[in-house]
Amino acid sequence: MSLKDKLITSFFAFEDYIDADSHIHELRNIAIKSFEEKGFPTKKEEAWKYTSLNVLLKEDYCVFPKNENTIEFKDVKKYFLHEIDTYKIVFIDGIYSSFLSETTHDKVDVCLLSAALSKPKYKAVIENYFNKVAKSDSLTSLNTAFAKEGAYIVIPKHREVEKPIEIINFATGNEAALFLQPRNLIVVEENAQVQIIERHQSLTSNPVFTNVVTEIFAEKNASVDYYKIQNDNHSASLIDNTFILQGQGSNASVHTFSFGGKLTRNNLNFYQKGERINSTLKGVTIIEENQLVDHHTLVNHIAPNCESHQDYKGIFAGKSTGVFNGKIIVEKEAQKTDAFQQNNNILITDNASINSKPQLEIFADDVKCSHGCTIGQLDEEALFYLQTRGIRKKEAQALLMYAFASNVLESVKIPELKTRITKLIANKIGVNLGFNL
Amino acid sequence: MSKFTEDDLQKELETKEYKYGFYTDIESDTFPIGLSEEVVIAISKKKEEPQWMTDWRLEAFRYWKEMTEPQWANVHYTKPDFQAISYFSAPSKKPKYESLDQVDPELLDTFKRLGISLDEQKVLAGVAVDIVMDSVSVATTFKKTLGEKGIIFCPISEAIKEHPELVKKYLGTVVPQRDNFYAALNSAVFSDGSFCYIPKGVKCPMELSTYFRINQAGTGQFERTLVIADAGSYVSYLEGCTAPTRDENQLHAAVVELIALEDAEIKYSTVQNWYPGNKEGKGGVYNFVTKRGLCEKNAKISWTQVETGSAVTWKYPSCVLKGDNSIGEFYSIAVTNNFQQADTGTKMIHLGKNTRSTIISKGISAGNSQNSYRGLVKISPRAENARNFSQCDSLLMGNKCGAHTFPYIEVNNKTAKVEHEATTSKIGEDQLFYCNQRGIPTEKAIALIVNGFSKEVLNKLPMEFAVEAQKLLEISLEGSVG
Repeated sequence: MSLKDKLITSFFAFEDYIDADSHIHELRNIAIKSFEEKGFPTKKEEAWKYTSLNVLLKEDYCVFPKNENTIEFKDVKKYFLHEIDTYKIVFIDGIYSSFLSETTHDKVDVCLLSAALSKPKYKAVIENYFNKVAKSDSLTSLNTAFAKEGAYIVIPKHREVEKPIEIINFATGNEAALFLQPRNLIVVEENAQVQIIERHQSLTSNPVFTNVVTEIFAEKNASVDYYKIQNDNHSASLIDNTFILQGQGSNASVHTFSFGGKLTRNNLNFYQKGERINSTLKGVTIIEENQLVDHHTLVNHIAPNCESHQDYKGIFAGKSTGVFNGKIIVEKEAQKTDAFQQNNNILITDNASINSKPQLEIFADDVKCSHGCTIGQLDEEALFYLQTRGIRKKEAQALLMYAFASNVLESVKIPELKTRITKLIANKIGVNLGFNL
Repeated sequence: MSKFTEDDLQKELETKEYKYGFYTDIESDTFPIGLSEEVVIAISKKKEEPQWMTDWRLEAFRYWKEMTEPQWANVHYTKPDFQAISYFSAPSKKPKYESLDQVDPELLDTFKRLGISLDEQKVLAGVAVDIVMDSVSVATTFKKTLGEKGIIFCPISEAIKEHPELVKKYLGTVVPQRDNFYAALNSAVFSDGSFCYIPKGVKCPMELSTYFRINQAGTGQFERTLVIADAGSYVSYLEGCTAPTRDENQLHAAVVELIALEDAEIKYSTVQNWYPGNKEGKGGVYNFVTKRGLCEKNAKISWTQVETGSAVTWKYPSCVLKGDNSIGEFYSIAVTNNFQQADTGTKMIHLGKNTRSTIISKGISAGNSQNSYRGLVKISPRAENARNFSQCDSLLMGNKCGAHTFPYIEVNNKTAKVEHEATTSKIGEDQLFYCNQRGIPTEKAIALIVNGFSKEVLNKLPMEFAVEAQKLLEISLEGSVG
């Protein structure tokens, strides 16, 4: 039985068992129909031209893990940003772990989607926001159909969350192959502020396929900083679908650090509904072997006087493949838009490849839009210069690579996170950079 | 005159009617409409072609029957009904002309109104003009001069008869019959076109030029051009077009194949100014063209195009950089106005070592038009030290038009250096202000800026053509280009 058939059959069993109001059941049924019609995307579709899911679909995934699995904090401590105090929402094999989590209902809601979907007091928020910005493409629909658990974060007006929120999904490997579909809903109301770190981590080399959907609503003058750390095992694959709807004067930024995983696809969508909005999309990708990282970004400028800034850097070694498809749409009304997009890539080995498609669709005349894309190598002269100063070639290369990625790191606002990522980069490049920035 | 603002310019652009819209009444020898194997065979017979050519056409026709029209381009139009087109049309009086006196005076009049009087051309700059009126060449000049150098420049139908070995060897090698829907259609039914062969080591002493015109209402034009530059040779080829005002959509599906053998260089320049439809978007030419060149070792192919006409354009002059050290270039200006739609760009396929390519594309959109750049830069795993630079800039006038960029970059070699940049903007208020401040009126300033915006590409056109290109830009954006 193919994965698609398996998912569709298990949907009906799942529907009976889930605890949610009828509105959600209706959404689920529409979503599964949409998935049934479209199926998993294939390379024939323009948006998936360079990324094939075939290898992932062959596995016989467990869709609903039966047992509640536990893990010791000491075993997974390193995956947390343990140097500082944070709120934590932790899931083990898709099931909430109250033991590892630290949630709150004090002034802000940092809790679970399953609770929000079933309890009447959250009904208004769910009706206003749930599935309101997510598209109905096949993978998002699939997630909506099975949406049950994930992070639920609501920051009320004028609140600033005092510490970052970590969302971590662990896969224990107790199942031979696991299919996960977390669903996150984040609402940041007027003038509120939040910082969120998201991570998916598999603890063994058993295959894991995660199809996550995150909806973020940044209301008037709100500020959202979202960091995605993708440093999973080479047997784990991730399809990340993030949809951000911004209101007037809001600031939203998403930083994506992709170092691990077998196949990682980031569908990052920004919709600007209001004036004077600022959107930032940044990413560093450093991969090797047979890894594939695919960034698909969309920034939809709907209202005038908005800005967007995209900066994606990629370093590709081994037989790895990088894909970048950045799309900026400027609608008729969105005059005075300032949209910038940059994608720089370095190929380290002969077998690595990069496919880049920076796309502009402009319908307004008084705009400033530009994009740039480069593909090249480390500068021989710079390498030579460093070597003449007594720095060994490997370190010299690492320094240059670090410098290449550094302007993405610079805008990381949590210092401990910046240090952590610097270490991850050093690890990935295989040297001790010997300095902390 | 009162202050000329961008709004005025826009209004002027919208109301601007096609200047070259007239229709010459020449008795035509037109086939009944529709397409079938019989029609393909009949076309081949009519052209007195050898059997191998008929077979080649039939093969293409069979491929075509199995293909569907491409849908991916960013253009919207009513699909042509391929069974409602007459696939052959030629002026019926067709003796071989030796001098101009023998040419139908009405035809000559057409050329005069186009501003390309043959006598003038003969005297001027040494441009040999192979005029294609509808589908059959009716006049060829300077053939003798070219003949002395061993250069063959003739209608492709003549080449099929007189130089079958060359045509057989190269036809369809760069654009195979089954390449795409329109290329297959063209291969099956092409009526005529130009053939050019430059022998080894010969530098073609003059610019070769062909004027295409679509004339007879309801006949699609299927041109086939084949240019072969043998080792070490050089040729500069010009192609320019205008078409009379007709309300029906006319289909044009041309195929151009360029072959640059070792150390050869081909410069191919196009000025396209077919009828773009009226300002309501009615009528106009559908232009679905396949142009591709193949570069052998150290060869160079350079495409320059000025696209101002056609209701719908779908055109991607490409270079296959097969040989080591070969060079591909693409310079383009695409102007769209009213309801015109253009989806144009290039493909640079890097296969050989040390191959280089440059892409400069300028799009200007006004009115309700849509202007897209679509390009591919592909560096294959064996293309060591390949280098590409792409730049595509768009200029928007008014907020009813759109400018789009779809660049595909695929790199499979670590030594590749690829750069791509694109910008979209309007004429800056501060730029205008700066000009005004220095006593340049707004109208002149706009002209200045548009001119400057296009200069990089205009500069690449051969001298003889640059004047005409400027003229055509003027027609499309009159009031802005001074």
